[in-house]
Amino acid sequence: MSVHTKSAIGIDIGSRMTKIVRICGGTVTDAEMFDTGHNPLVELSAVMRGLNGDIVVATGYGRKLVQAPFSCGAVTEIKACARGARHLCPDCDSVIDIGGQDTKAIELGKNGGFGRFEMNDRCAAGTGRFLEVMASALGYTIENFGEEALSADMPVHVNSMCTVFAESEVVSLIMRGEDRRRIALGLHMATVRRVAAMASRITVGGRILFAGGVANNPGIGALLRDELSCELVVPERPEFVVALGAALIGLQGV
Amino acid sequence: MNQHTQLWTDLGLDVPLHEKLVDSLGARYGEIIMSQKNRPRGMGYFDEAVHESHGGRIQEIVDAKRQGAKMIGTFCIYVPDELILAANAIPVALCGGTAFSIPYAEKMFPRDICPLVKSTLGLAFSKTCPFAPIKDMAVGETTCDAKKKTWDILSQRVNFHVIEIPQKKTEQGKSLWLQEVRAFRDRIEKLTGNTIEYGVLKDKIRLMNRKRLLLKQLNELRMLPEPPISGKDALVVMQVALFDEPERFCTKLEVLIHELQERVKNNVSPFTPGAARFLVAGSPSVMGNWKVHHIVETSGGAVVCDESCTGTRYFEHLVDEGGGTVDEQIEALAERYFSIDCSCFTPNTERIDHIVELVKNYHVDAVVQYILQYCHTYNIEAVRVSGALKKAGIPSIVIETDYGEEDEGQLRTRIEALLESVKG
Repeated sequence: MSVHTKSAIGIDIGSRMTKIVRICGGTVTDAEMFDTGHNPLVELSAVMRGLNGDIVVATGYGRKLVQAPFSCGAVTEIKACARGARHLCPDCDSVIDIGGQDTKAIELGKNGGFGRFEMNDRCAAGTGRFLEVMASALGYTIENFGEEALSADMPVHVNSMCTVFAESEVVSLIMRGEDRRRIALGLHMATVRRVAAMASRITVGGRILFAGGVANNPGIGALLRDELSCELVVPERPEFVVALGAALIGLQGV
Repeated sequence: MNQHTQLWTDLGLDVPLHEKLVDSLGARYGEIIMSQKNRPRGMGYFDEAVHESHGGRIQEIVDAKRQGAKMIGTFCIYVPDELILAANAIPVALCGGTAFSIPYAEKMFPRDICPLVKSTLGLAFSKTCPFAPIKDMAVGETTCDAKKKTWDILSQRVNFHVIEIPQKKTEQGKSLWLQEVRAFRDRIEKLTGNTIEYGVLKDKIRLMNRKRLLLKQLNELRMLPEPPISGKDALVVMQVALFDEPERFCTKLEVLIHELQERVKNNVSPFTPGAARFLVAGSPSVMGNWKVHHIVETSGGAVVCDESCTGTRYFEHLVDEGGGTVDEQIEALAERYFSIDCSCFTPNTERIDHIVELVKNYHVDAVVQYILQYCHTYNIEAVRVSGALKKAGIPSIVIETDYGEEDEGQLRTRIEALLESVKG
């Protein structure tokens, strides 16, 4: 079978969402996503029944969980993310991936490999989960949170980046009568400062691909671009970059 | 009922809680260490030593104390064991490596101090450390702020001596250190009522040098293309070194080394050929803590070198055996211990150069800088170490963690990614 007709499926089981991408030749034929929940294997089996692939590669937190049931290979999300990013943006120097529970900055190597990388530890500060909790505290949906933040005339400075403490800080700011859009902007800026500090250890300037579900938030993208003074490329459907990378690794080999 | 229950009861331990601790450690040891495939037979002694660390070893010390010996608890490899041994006392490192006891320390201490200090204190406070009631004195040192302030509290209830470690390796620093070693000798002599004599000290210097040489020999076998021993087992040997009776330890280590040499001849290794070779650098992994080594070695990597207090820092550099008087011996001891490259020193360039040298000698593919949470000196020094490794073209990551298991998923991702970056 030639590379042009061979198909591969990448499964990215993240902390919040599971993403599945099927590619055939160089084209994405399917992209599916569902809540990882407490038993991702059930929904995954249903999705996988509808897809056929010559090879399956799993990545993300649950990569080991699915290895046996789907007899597939497993790679880390760092490797998969680098591969997906390189495919989508051949001249990028690095990638920032903000997912549900992790934030990563990865230096891209030649041929889809990677060099240095940084990843947050157990703290959820500066991740999708942080933004979710904060959006809910301010009565926004995660979809309109970024736009609302960008519409503020000025930010309220938010000190804490701990999910728990920031929530109480937000409550006290609301009680002080602060405008909620300004608080939203302050929270976005705090997140970006945190992510930029991590990314700066890997890369300064250049072209950066912005991957992960949080890249759908226009506020984070715009502020990150300013903070890093770099060219930030946001692909269409950034949450699928890692699953795409896993599928590409399946197709092209590790 | 455990055969040592009476002993623990007599020592005033919280026996039911202590049994929970022993069971939890035993279960972890089984899961992490005993489950490894293709272990050297000679590890049997060290498994038993771990198993008996709260039983047989305690009984042995209690018996020695009846014969007039004293027991000294230590928390750092800067404490010259030779002086303790020469005064007919038994040195035992009391550092805790288990998350089990941390909540008991947090009842009194701030949460944001290092897990090693909290684990150690928690064992003592919860009456689950059998060494605590039998020690005649504890010796602290000034390698970090958490420890320094802990000593202030402990010295209110325990016979305590603090050795001051200088922070710069200057002539003044050296001279302060020599005075501190002399003062320690005086304190030990006062405690034991024994005068440290030339011949005895000479024997103990030889004994500790022999122990260091054997550990060096063990570690040199890890430099080979197919190391005959896993990183986890080598770590267990180091952990046992910190509390075991040194003569017996040396004899058993010789047996293990002999077996490992045979394994080398027969190409027996616990690792799959071509496994990526890791150096773990930074904070110590004391008894109960096998976290990073376990993640590396269950991800397909091989830990071939430990640059830590439970590694090279413990056994490198020998004490000059040529001293003609006790004073000269003490100077030789001071000189050897002052060569330890702990991150409490500023500047600490020799440590950074040393890591790069170890990377070459052990043919290391990747370095994990392992930092215990809130261990500021190693954490900040990691910046310079990373820089030096980058310059040397060696991939590395820095992980900061405690004894808990909740971040194992993230650590596994990072360590596996480092492995992937090595394999390309």
